[in-house]
Amino acid sequence: MSTPNATTSHLQEGLTVNSSRRLNFKFNGRSYQGVVGDTLASALLANGVIVVGRSFKYRRRRGIVSDGAEEPNAIVQLGSGATTVPNIRATQVMLYEGLEATSVNKGYSLDFDLRAIIRLAGRFMPPGFYYKTFMSPKKLWPFYERLIRLSAGLGEIPKSPDPDLYDSINAHCDILVVGGGIAGLSAALTAGLAGARVIITEQQPLWGGALLGRPETVVGLSSKKWIEQVIDRLKGMKEVKLLPNCCLFGAYDHHFYTACETRYPPGITIPEGEVRERVWKIRARQVIHATGAIERPLLYKNNDLPGIMLAGAVSAYINRWDITLSRHAVVFTNNDSGYRAACDLVRSGASVVVVDPRAASETNRYAKWSDQNRVEILNQSWITEARGTLRVRSVIVKRSGEGNQQFEFTCDLLAVSGGWNPVLHLYAYSGGKPLFDEQRGCFVPNAKIEGQQQIGAANGSFSLAACLNEGVEAGIHALFECGYSASVPETTEIESVEEQPILPFWRLAESGGEQFIDLQNDTKVADIELAVAEGYRSIEHIKRYTLLGFGTDQGKMGNIVGMAVAAGLLKQTIPETGTTTFRPPYTPVTFGAIAGRHVGPLFDTVRKTAFHSWHCSHGAEFEDVGQWRRPWYYPREGETMQQAVNRECLTARNQVAMIDASTLGKIDIQGPDAVTFLDRIYTNGWGNLKPGRCRYGLMLGEDGMVMDDGVTTCLGPNHYLMTTTTGGAARVLGWMERWLQTEWPELKVYFTSVTDHWATISVSGPFARKTFEQVCEQVDLSSASFPFLSFREGVVAGVPTRIFRISFSGELGFEINVNANAAQGVWDAIWEAGQEYGITAYGTETMHVLRAEKGFIIVGQDTDGSVTPIDLGMNWIVSKKKDFIGRRSLARADTKREDRKQLVGLLTSDPARVLPEGAQLVANPDEPLPATMIGHVTSSYWSENIGRSIALALVRGGHQKEGQRIYVRNRDGETIAVNISSSVFFDPEGERQNV
Amino acid sequence: MQRFSALRLLGHGLTGHKHWRQSWRHPEPKREYDVVIVGGGGHGLATAYYLAREHGMTNIAVVEKGWIGGGNTGRNTTIVRSNYLWDEAAHLYEKSLKLWEGLSHELNFNVMFSQRGVMNLAHSLQDVRDAERRANANVLNGIDSEILTPEQIRQKVPLISISPTARYPVLGATFQPRGGVARHDAITWGYARAADALGVDIIQNCEVTGVLKESGHVVGVETTRGVIRARKVGVVAAGHSSVIAQMAGLRLPIESHPLQAFVSEPCKPALDTVVMSNAVHAYISQSDKGEFVVGAGIDGYNGYSQSGGYNVIEGAVAAIVELFPTLSRIRLMRQWGGIVDVAPDACPIIGLTPLKGLYINCGWGTGGFKSTPGSGWVLAHTIAHNRPHELNLPFTLERFSSGALIDEHGAAGVAH
Ligand SMILES: Cc1cc2nc3c(=O)[nH]c(=O)nc-3n(C[C@H](O)[C@H](O)[C@H](O)COP(=O)(O)OP(=O)(O)OC[C@H]3O[C@@H](n4cnc5c(N)ncnc54)[C@H](O)[C@@H]3O)c2cc1C
Repeated sequence: MSTPNATTSHLQEGLTVNSSRRLNFKFNGRSYQGVVGDTLASALLANGVIVVGRSFKYRRRRGIVSDGAEEPNAIVQLGSGATTVPNIRATQVMLYEGLEATSVNKGYSLDFDLRAIIRLAGRFMPPGFYYKTFMSPKKLWPFYERLIRLSAGLGEIPKSPDPDLYDSINAHCDILVVGGGIAGLSAALTAGLAGARVIITEQQPLWGGALLGRPETVVGLSSKKWIEQVIDRLKGMKEVKLLPNCCLFGAYDHHFYTACETRYPPGITIPEGEVRERVWKIRARQVIHATGAIERPLLYKNNDLPGIMLAGAVSAYINRWDITLSRHAVVFTNNDSGYRAACDLVRSGASVVVVDPRAASETNRYAKWSDQNRVEILNQSWITEARGTLRVRSVIVKRSGEGNQQFEFTCDLLAVSGGWNPVLHLYAYSGGKPLFDEQRGCFVPNAKIEGQQQIGAANGSFSLAACLNEGVEAGIHALFECGYSASVPETTEIESVEEQPILPFWRLAESGGEQFIDLQNDTKVADIELAVAEGYRSIEHIKRYTLLGFGTDQGKMGNIVGMAVAAGLLKQTIPETGTTTFRPPYTPVTFGAIAGRHVGPLFDTVRKTAFHSWHCSHGAEFEDVGQWRRPWYYPREGETMQQAVNRECLTARNQVAMIDASTLGKIDIQGPDAVTFLDRIYTNGWGNLKPGRCRYGLMLGEDGMVMDDGVTTCLGPNHYLMTTTTGGAARVLGWMERWLQTEWPELKVYFTSVTDHWATISVSGPFARKTFEQVCEQVDLSSASFPFLSFREGVVAGVPTRIFRISFSGELGFEINVNANAAQGVWDAIWEAGQEYGITAYGTETMHVLRAEKGFIIVGQDTDGSVTPIDLGMNWIVSKKKDFIGRRSLARADTKREDRKQLVGLLTSDPARVLPEGAQLVANPDEPLPATMIGHVTSSYWSENIGRSIALALVRGGHQKEGQRIYVRNRDGETIAVNISSSVFFDPEGERQNV
Repeated sequence: MQRFSALRLLGHGLTGHKHWRQSWRHPEPKREYDVVIVGGGGHGLATAYYLAREHGMTNIAVVEKGWIGGGNTGRNTTIVRSNYLWDEAAHLYEKSLKLWEGLSHELNFNVMFSQRGVMNLAHSLQDVRDAERRANANVLNGIDSEILTPEQIRQKVPLISISPTARYPVLGATFQPRGGVARHDAITWGYARAADALGVDIIQNCEVTGVLKESGHVVGVETTRGVIRARKVGVVAAGHSSVIAQMAGLRLPIESHPLQAFVSEPCKPALDTVVMSNAVHAYISQSDKGEFVVGAGIDGYNGYSQSGGYNVIEGAVAAIVELFPTLSRIRLMRQWGGIVDVAPDACPIIGLTPLKGLYINCGWGTGGFKSTPGSGWVLAHTIAHNRPHELNLPFTLERFSSGALIDEHGAAGVAH
């Protein structure tokens, strides 16, 4: 594969728990020890840390409930200083030496939080309480808002810029497998064996998924061995790419997927040059979602107490991390998977009571086991309440039938399983609409999406056998779709066990109290009841009103439960109620990783001309124009900007001056229909432009408004070179291609951007010819043989060039296009030759002044998308004989009005006063606000050549108002009297450029 | 309508919140109404509310194909400001801003309008010229507007990098102190509740599938819940406006594009102002929950699927990291898109149509949340009087044939 191999990072070492290697870490300021292979969560549990944070709204104490991405409670700030990261789930970060974490919400301490007093006020803060209050007095709202904001947010943003590197990488494959559990591994193995190009991603550092928490036998091997074997085989296949620590987070059109690989854990200082996280942008032909399932909690009073965990997580902490969680445990489960936790708890030495709402079944394969292990199973029973203050101490169990008996069991752990929700996020991102399967009690994929398969737990198939087999089948199907022939990997039948069906139930009418659905946002059953009572019936309204699923886990654990509760209250079925929309990313993604290398100087690559280093060494100050960095002016020792510009302006008019004009867009146009095309895209006609001649052109949008301008030259038969404004180059090329490709595909004409190929030097001024003569061979530069607006090929300083007699300053001028690679020598030669005439280089500021003296517009400065050529007084360039883009629009009533804003000159009464650009113009300076504005100043400069200030402006009906007095009215109240003048201030006849 | 107040809240708290009444009814559609508004977004609901409240018309239905507020109203980044360049736009948006300022009170529903100020950054000399021009025009139009220097920007928003060596250094900004953000759902619910209290029927899960015409007049709509007749029909369907217009045989100069936004995980408050940058293209604020709310630019292609391309998100995130280097390590938590209705001049179309009885209000594109109250107010006036109010007179369909465009996009270059 062409993609680089992720070097083994810190994360991949010591994947399995290695209790001989100890790691020191700190949590909330206290020191602890964990072992290699721990997550922060497992290390905390191993250290007996039960309370890990406080909830967002009521500041209730909370403990770890899960072992994965669904964790709502164990949210920490990792590290400190510039490398700190907020809002990390303790269940998802691997422990490292020196890790420092603090709970994002802990108040003064986890034991004491002033704001926990809010709990007392909690009854007055139902969902949406802020919509109902803080309205009067109106004045106080900003104060209330500040109060609300005080409690906002979880972690803190770093105080200094991110020192780390991120990048992104594009990858293509035949088959993308998402999820490295048994189903995904089995699919990847099948696909890999056939030689297909496979990428398999897994969010955890370890392969195996749910299997990691379950000591099972797969194909005659222990699950650990089986995983190791499959991974070894996959590693040996050169077309297979294994991406552990890589969470697939987004699915887009045409099988485009995004995944984020964590190469160094958050909060750690990483080696110089290494990348902390990398976004994989994967385009696959076939995709297999083997994303597993997430366990659901159950509802009863105080179900948020620390010490209450999902049953699957309990198993994982026991099996994978070897933690003794409990001595007296209660398991509350409505399906068989809870019994696995019970077995694991028994093995780890706990006494166990199982509370199961289902009736006892004859075929219960746990019956014998429970007898042997003295495990009490209470069938047809429900937990109605958990009790305890700092953590769970006991549970109240109600048994239906015979007088509704009630028991209390003391316990130090409550393991809960309400069934499993297939992870259907990717399916939903791709437009899939999950279907509720009554029998399995969960949403499953419904209609197939082309190129996608869901397998294993993600498909609602929870048995090992099904996962393994669906993996093989999906692999074969995907291979077939990609044109490979498959060989089936050897499998032996896994004994499939008879499971007793789940009894999904969502809520017990009789258990009151605080029953939490979304632990992070403190959304309770009562909140949903209130929302429904208040008429919020759509599940989306309920979600928004109660903030269900708005936490950093995005409702992975609680959403489906909340929806089911809402369905019950609305007296609807779950399918009628529907789910809320799943939105990417699956788990949060670092901004820096998404930005990748597009930061700092590479945010948008700076474009520099061939002469850039010359400009630097000659002291240029620069201006950003589009992506380009252009010289703005060249101050000499001790000069202010104004002094430098004055000097440059004088030299340009009286002696000779040169400017780097390379940034102007250049588009090479060729083909038999080139003239036809130009005629349509420009307002003026091009039919009679002979080879060797140049012409200025104006381009309009469909709305008749000026869009771009520039000189186009006929280089030869059917061959033209168009120039555009610097900022407009890409837009104009796109515009031309759009018309050609979508409207006029019959035209034979081809466009090539050549902006970067040719460097452009413009030499102008009375001594331009004398200067240029010295370096230019083979061309007669005399006006007679090389008149204004014509083009010759010639050799300058030994380099073949294109020479144009055009100028943007109104002076005698030559514009030289030269291969960018050979350009500096040409520039130097002209510079040398001009020395005897006192040549200067000038930047954009002087260019602006010179063109304004001549009344030449700058598109985008003197126009703004609302200006027609007529408004600019450029009627001469608008052909009456042919059609062109924008022509029809010019004939519209409003575009023909006489009193449109028109381009004029402005002269201040005080010649020394330079008007502010962007100033608004009024006829009556004393009108009360809102005042009537009749135009604005578009360009304004001190003109050293004329010896006074000049300005260009757009003024309502301006062409008829020459000589009239109007006023600039500034926002600070100042008014300045000005007279409307011609927009040409210098050399009105245009003699100077023709000499 | 059951009034909301702190005292009420206290009372209900003591009785376990068992007695709150439903905020609006869920009626079956009647056979006929005086006015049917198609589209239960903020604009449609506001239109119904002002029709009832200002013009005494109460036999009104708002029909919504999904759940009210589920379109762009519930998907936007909630920036509210009125510092538009052109007089016509400035007056319309300022009317709206004035209504915002009294809205919580008027609706008796706290829409959490937070006037924390909106800043538009300038990154080039032309940006600075445009900023000056806009700030001057705003002030002369009676709208609060200031120009800030980079140092003043840093004081207000310490998070922004004003480094002169940045790729696009911050050269200045315009600032509207009265601008801010509001709670998008609250505006939907607030208007719905208030309109319902005045007798308006809000009918959800009711998709308009056809427009009924009799001798050239529009006389009602066909819906998934049956035919509903009406003397007047107002189409206020944002990205789907042209689809509904098409049902009536009318072609609108509207293109529908995806527009995406996203939020980060919630963090402790660090940004009190709304910051927008057109040059690097992104805009950001921090919600009262602590999430950084970021808006991107529109996706280039036309479409109706409420999701866009990843590249657009990449661009917006890079812009944010460039402007706010300390946000690089926070994480994107949720991303979504809406379908925006873009007119050629990026200004709304509000008024009568060539079909008698049919009124439209669309074209708000990327920036119509802020105008929700004003838009409803002028459309209500237009429907009630059968002619535009002077505030929306410049914004009727006729401008596309007369050429009197109001090119806010081209001129000010500021979307949203
Ligand atoms: C990502 C994003 C960010 C934005 N950011 C901002 C911002 O910061 N500031 C700002 O001012 N604006 C912003 N906007 C724009 C703003 O959201 C919209 O202009 C505004 O909300 C439009 O409101 P509306 O009521 O007209 O449309 P919507 O809220 O979209 O309402 C239209 C309704 O019509 C319904 N409908 C459609 N077809 C039918 C049918 N056939 N039958 C019945 N009903 C139908 C839809 O379901 C929808 O509910 C943003 C938009 C997006 C998408």
